[in-house]
This record gives sequence, C-alpha cells and structure tokens, in this order.
Amino acid sequence: MAAAARPIPYETLDHKRYFFEKLGLTERLLERCLGEALSAGGEFADLYFEAVTSTSLGMDEGIIKTASQGISVGCGVRVLSGERTGFAYTDDLSADRLLKAARTAALIANGPQTQRVEGFTETRAPQLYPAAGLGGDAEIAAKIKLIERANSAARAFDPRIVQVRASINDELRRILIAASDGTFASDTQPLARFNVFVIAKDEHNTARGTSGGGGRVLLDNFDLPGKTPEHFAEEAARTALLQLNAVPAPAGDMEVVLGPGWPGVLLHEAVGHGLEADFNRKKTSAFAGLIGQQVASSKVTVVDNGTMPGRRGSLNIDDEGNATQETVLIENGILRGYLSDKLSSRLMNMPNTGSGRRESYQAIPMPRMTNTYMLAGEDEPADILRSVKRGLYAVNFGGGQVDITNGKFVFTASEAYLIEDGKVTAPVKGATLIGNGPEALKYVSMVGHDLALDEGIGTCGKAGQSVPVGVGMPTIKLDRMTVGGTGR
Amino acid sequence: MSMVKNENDLRALTEQAVELAIKAGASAAEAVAFEGDEFGVSVRLGEVEQLMESGSRAIGIRVFFEADGGQRTASVSTSDLSAESLRSVVSNAVQLARVTGVDPFAGLPEADAYGSLDVDSLALHFDDIESIPPAERIAIAKRCEAAAMAHDTRIQNTKGADFDLSTSHRVMTNSRGFQGEYRRSYCGFSASPIAQDTVGSMQTGYWYSSARTPRLLEEPEAIGRIAAQRALRRLGARRMPTQQCPVVFAPEVARGLMGNLLNAADGDAIYRNASMFAGKLGEQVAGENITIVDDGTMVFDRTTQGGETIRVGGYGTSPFDGDGLRTRRTVVIERGVLKELMLNTYTARKLNMQSTGKASRGLAGAPGIGGGNYFLEPGTITPEQLIAEIPNGLYVLSTMGFGTNLVTGDYSQGVSGLWIENGELAYPVEEITIAGNMKEMFRNVTAIANDLDFRGAGAVPTVRIDGMTLAGA
Repeated sequence: MAAAARPIPYETLDHKRYFFEKLGLTERLLERCLGEALSAGGEFADLYFEAVTSTSLGMDEGIIKTASQGISVGCGVRVLSGERTGFAYTDDLSADRLLKAARTAALIANGPQTQRVEGFTETRAPQLYPAAGLGGDAEIAAKIKLIERANSAARAFDPRIVQVRASINDELRRILIAASDGTFASDTQPLARFNVFVIAKDEHNTARGTSGGGGRVLLDNFDLPGKTPEHFAEEAARTALLQLNAVPAPAGDMEVVLGPGWPGVLLHEAVGHGLEADFNRKKTSAFAGLIGQQVASSKVTVVDNGTMPGRRGSLNIDDEGNATQETVLIENGILRGYLSDKLSSRLMNMPNTGSGRRESYQAIPMPRMTNTYMLAGEDEPADILRSVKRGLYAVNFGGGQVDITNGKFVFTASEAYLIEDGKVTAPVKGATLIGNGPEALKYVSMVGHDLALDEGIGTCGKAGQSVPVGVGMPTIKLDRMTVGGTGR
Repeated sequence: MSMVKNENDLRALTEQAVELAIKAGASAAEAVAFEGDEFGVSVRLGEVEQLMESGSRAIGIRVFFEADGGQRTASVSTSDLSAESLRSVVSNAVQLARVTGVDPFAGLPEADAYGSLDVDSLALHFDDIESIPPAERIAIAKRCEAAAMAHDTRIQNTKGADFDLSTSHRVMTNSRGFQGEYRRSYCGFSASPIAQDTVGSMQTGYWYSSARTPRLLEEPEAIGRIAAQRALRRLGARRMPTQQCPVVFAPEVARGLMGNLLNAADGDAIYRNASMFAGKLGEQVAGENITIVDDGTMVFDRTTQGGETIRVGGYGTSPFDGDGLRTRRTVVIERGVLKELMLNTYTARKLNMQSTGKASRGLAGAPGIGGGNYFLEPGTITPEQLIAEIPNGLYVLSTMGFGTNLVTGDYSQGVSGLWIENGELAYPVEEITIAGNMKEMFRNVTAIANDLDFRGAGAVPTVRIDGMTLAGA
C-alpha cells in the first residue's frame, strides 16, 4: 500500500524515541494506519500521538493541600476530503485500536483509495525550550520551596492579607505527528505556570488579587529577577490592597491608556481571532475581505510569533508538524495576513503560517494564535499619560472575549486608574472595556517605546478547545473607547 | 478486533485501584472511573464538514494517610488503564502524599454518610440513544441548517449546524464501603446561521434542542427557524447613550446572572472570605421575591412529538455526589434569606456544618463544589406583561466578558440586546456595557416572569433589575 519510507534517524531525539521505544510504535504501523485512513478516498490523513504528564502542587492556608498528577496518552486520526474532516481518537495505542480509529476517520470520504502514503520527511525544528524537566523527588521538593516562598512573601506583605493560595502546575507534552503528505515531526513541550491568589480584608471591604507567570521553562526560571515567587506574591497582594480602596469605574466613551504587557489581550480579542483563516475562508469574520485595507492607525503593527524562546505561546512545531513562524497581521495599520493551518491554506491557496493547533489528541486542529503583540512605537509612556485630560489608565486585565462575526469584543480590567488632567489618580473597580474589532485600533494615537510581553499566564479558548498563548503590547493611547462602570 | 466491553470492567478497575492503594499503606482510598462514547457531525452549507466518533476511558484515584491530627492526601489520574500503569500511578500517589501537609479536615466522608438514590428511577440513560442511524443524524443537522437558511433572504451564510450524541458510564468505589455507578445518555443538535444586512454587518443566531433520548428531540425545522429569527432580530444594532435604566434579562442570560447566587453560597469561597455572602448565613442577601433552589434529584415528565409521556432525569441529576453522598434538594435562598450553603464534605468540616451533597468530582484532584439542577422560583406575570411596564429600558440577549467579582459583588459585562420603548421591544442595540453591584442587584429584582423552562441543568425566568448603569456612546 504505502511507498517505502526512508528510515528515520531517531536515536538523537528523545521525544521520538519515547514513542517508538516506550510506546511501541513503528514506522510500519504509522504507514499502515495512514493507509487505512486513506482507504475510502480521503486526500490527506494525519496521526497525532500525544503523551502528557502533568503535576500540580498547591499550598493553601499554610499547608500543602493539593498534590496531583495526571497522565494522558492517546492518538487522534484525521482524514481530509475536500472541505470535510473525518476524525477519531483512541486512548489505547495498540495496533488494533489505532487501525480501527483510522478506519472510522476514513469514512468521511467514500470512494476508492486515490492517495498513497509518501515517504516521511522529518521536520527540522529549532529548540525554543528545554526538552525535559528534572523529574522525581528533587523536583517536587524544589517546587514546594517555591510555593512556600510565595506564601511567606504574600503574608509578610501586609497584615490585611488574610488568605493566600500559591500553586505550581506543570506538564510535559510529547507529540509525534505523521501525515500522508510525508510530514514526520516530533516535539517535547514543557509548560509551567506559577500562580498566587490572595484575599485582602480591612474593616470595610474585602478584595481579591491574583498574579502569576511561567512559560515553556524549567523551575530555575522562577529564580530570575521579576519571575520569583516573591514577585508574584507581592503583585497579588498589592493589587488586592489597591482594590480595597478603589472607586467605581466611570461609564461611557473616553480616552483610554493601556499599560504594557498583558493588556495586549486587546489585540488577541480585537484582531487576532478575526484573522484566523477558518473564519475568513467561511466569511464568518468581521475581517473577511479586508486584506490590504486600513484597519488600524498607521502607528499600529501587530505580529503573531511562535518562535520566541521559552514563551508560553511558542512552539517548535505546530500540531500539524509545521515549524512556527513570525506572521505580520497588521503592518502600519494595513491588514496583511491571516493565521493558517493545512486545511485553510490548501482551500484558500495561501501560505501555511504554522498555526494549526489543537488542545489534545481528542480534538481537531484549527488555526490559532501563538504569541500576539504590537511592535513598539516612539512615544514616551509618561507623555502618553500626560496627554489625557480625563480618561482611564488600564494596567491589568482579567480576560477578554470576542464575537467573531460582528467583531464586538470586551475585556475586563483588574487594575485600572482614573486619569485626571494628565495625572494618574484613584484606582477604580473592575471596568469592562468594549469595542468593535475592525474599528477599535483606528483610535490608537500614541504608541510607547516600552513593548512588554505578558508574564506567561494566557489561555485561549476557541470552539471549546483551550491552548496556551502569549500577548504583549507597549503603552498605547486610544482616543475613544467605551468603558463600563457605575461611576461618573 | 475491537475490544469487548465487560459490564464489570470499570467497577473491577476501581476496586483494584483502591485495593492497590490500601496495600501500599494508604489508610483510605477512593477511585472513580469513567467511560464515554461520543459521536459528532457538523454540516455547513448543506455539506458535511466534520465527522467524529470515539470512545475513551480513564481513572482517578485519591489516597489518604493518617497523620497526627489529620490526613495527608494526593491524587492521580490516567487514561492508560493497563495493570502496569495502574500500579505505577498508585505508587506515584503514595509518594506524592508524603510531601503534603497534614490537614485536619481532609479525608473521606464518615461511613454512615454515604448514600445513593435509586439509579433506575432517575432515568438518566435511555437504551434507544443510538436508535437514530448515522445517516439520519447527518440529515437532522442538514434539515436544521436548511430551515434556518430558507427562513429569510438576509441569511446567506452560516457557521453550520451539528448533531451530537454521547453516552457515559461512571463508577466510584472507596475503601469505606461505598460503591455507586450510573450511566447517562445525551443527544442534541443546533444551528448557527448568520444574517447580513445591506451594509454588510453580520450577526449570528443560535438555537438548539437536546434530550436524553432521541424521542424527545424537537423538530429540526422548528429549531432552524428559531435560530434564524434570533440572528435576524440582532441586525442593524445601534449603540445607546450612557444612562441608568431598567434592565430585563432574557431567560438564557438570567440563568447565568442568578446562578451567581449559588456561586456566592459556595462553601469553599465562604470559608476563605472570598464571597460577598461570607458570614451572611441566615441573613437577607436578596429581595424577598428571590427563592433559589439547587436540586440534584429532579426528574421531569416530558412529552414526545407523538404524545407519549416519558420520565427523564435533569442534566444536573445524579444518584450521588462527588463524595459518594446522596444528592438532594437544597433551598439555598428562601425569600431572600441565605438558608443553606453549597457544601461538600471538606468545606462542611471547615465550617463545622453538614455537607449538602454538592461535591463535584472530576477524574483529577479532590472534589470541588458543583450544583445539580437549579432554578429561580417563577413569578406570575408573562414576559410580555413584564416588558409592557417599561417605558424605556434594555432587554439583554447576550453578555460577554468575565466582569463578575463574587468577592465584592461588582458586576460589569459587555451586552447586546433589544431596546424597550413604550413597553415593547423596538430595535437591536450592541457595543454597550451594563454595570452594578450584585449585592444591590439581587435586592433590586423588581419583576420575575412566569417563563421557567428547563432546557439545561439550570433554569431562570425573565427577570427585571432596576438601578443599573448602561455605558455606551
């Protein structure tokens, strides 16, 4: 059935060896499965093997209360036939079950087999992150030390901090992708996230504060300046205390200054999702047909970049086995491109940007963002604030959401201040900002030189699938945005 | 070729896991195993777009070790169910537990606390779940989408329609003698047509039908038409000036808003002081017209298209909770007074109270808190009568964002909906926000309609709240 494939030199790569030696896969079996997947006339088939080990340790009320580990192993089989996708998965990697899954996915097409399995060509990918963690007891002890440090730092910050939870979650994901077009790729993806949650209470009010960070990093990352447990603990405590005395957010259209870093979630919601190729292929995005048009002020350049070492959204290869890249979405205000996967690039006859991502082996890949950010401008952040007569300065956000079809998006500030006569004054309680994707960035009138990326906490949801992402932005000023609050 | 499913497989697996843990020195252990089969098809513009079929199994295990004045505990989960893997994860759990602190409140429930409702009488699983052949499942999705597209010429595009079907089987066993299991079935379909106006603005509509047996599904054409109407009524939406006005929440939106009453009564948030209801048990926390119930035992009488009446368990119904306690009906807020909390075994011990049977157990980690079916007691007027009393106000159809702070009660959401003018729904509005504080909002519910309809696990009728701020142009 399948063409003879060249032998793959996997001895040097640990992640590939894991699947072949530990889970008993062979090239011959992969070819048989792909052959079975194409047996009903499909044009393309791929196998996505995944083995994830995750651990979670949490301190709560001063004791280590949670310790858990999860192991998930499985394979998803996909078959494409025109615009149709057939899909099946199995958590049993025996040959019988894999072949059965392949036959199930094959049924999307109905006809004689037309495609053969090509010889595999291995994707050569960069190494953007360390391949594995320490493992074992030493690592657990090190993690416990980190969360104990956060617990102590938060409690020491102020007597009004009455509750502290600190946790570290990490996973090691091994993937292997083999496809009928010859794709053969594997990767080992570490992901760690540190989180601190506090409650502050005084005689009148109670407030919460959270902070955290991480990325595709090892534990020693949390000893770097600005990434320590103490840093996250103090940030959580500081924002909670700030909220104790916050005033109601103003309501209505006003000038808005967004701080650097995580507020880049604006870009993720306002333009990122709307530029995912699947929505544009189906013309269900408010951005459909706007390539080459002005969708932002000329000061705005936005990129999606999956190749940044160690970042939460970064990937050596996407979940279809393609190397990730830096993709310009908006250049000096002009819409330049979409984020694409194999299916969309083929159907739209456009380049594949290596943006095919999936939550797990149980899910079908889709075009998704990696790290999305706006390039730095030339304005001095202090000048940006000084230029505002009356407005809102939003420094940090909870989360955001967008309705792709009409472009309306919202995001909710977790730390924000009033700006009065160019000066940052009172902290305000959670304001919701709302805008219209293809319009909002046209109001960007100043862009700071202080581009920063978020601390590594972003998770993006689409069609029920969650994947880790990064965002970033310099300080920017929007001349007009709607702020929702109860104040004046 | 394919594996034969042994009816006792899952049960044996959990027993084996508990036994392994006890052998490894655990003073107590608990295992939950899950098996699920799913089928899904999506169609778009009359053609099949995705077809998915799969099954999965996994197990989660918790272990406990007695220590001075409390217990150490850890948990593991795995989808690899081989004997070797089971031994290995149990050993990992034992090792992990060693590093945890001694928690005086940790541990399985007392042996006499266990219980289970009669599984059969809850009607959670129907054997005819797969009686609709695959080709017909595709046809249902196609019919639903076609009806939406044919409804109006302004509907020329769609996000598609789908049909899903799933069954699941869950078993729980612990070392104190509890064993329980149940199966559930589900099927449903939906359509998401897109309406477009003359200037090119697009709006999505969505509607669905779901049931535990195919006999109770609604007509695909009727669902498609409603989805189309819901897209069309949003076309040409305007912005509104910033103002204070009465806000009416449509049932789908009211369900989320009033669900916060239960979230704020969550024992975990209460003992942490992370809820606006902390320390408020027995106090008035909402208006006297507010009675909200969480009930994990609900069984409904439903009528098929052919007129047959079928008893069917709610989507939030289960025989036992995530701790192995009998589920129950709990009046959390009665005439505005916080009467009971949403408690699992752990939070009940923390608060020196009794569990209210609200433990929710996934495969991983310790049980959290989750309700069963919930509802707000309906009023007597119709939604039309409720709206007729408002000269100028907002009827909310959808909310966006995460602006709900249960600690402070601050509430701020992006919304779209319809403007109410002279007591009637007049025109669509969007790109506005509404804000208030839930502590006041729950006291300012000035009307509740009679349209309580269980389409999901929770049901809340149309409600009107006064005193909120709308922000817009």
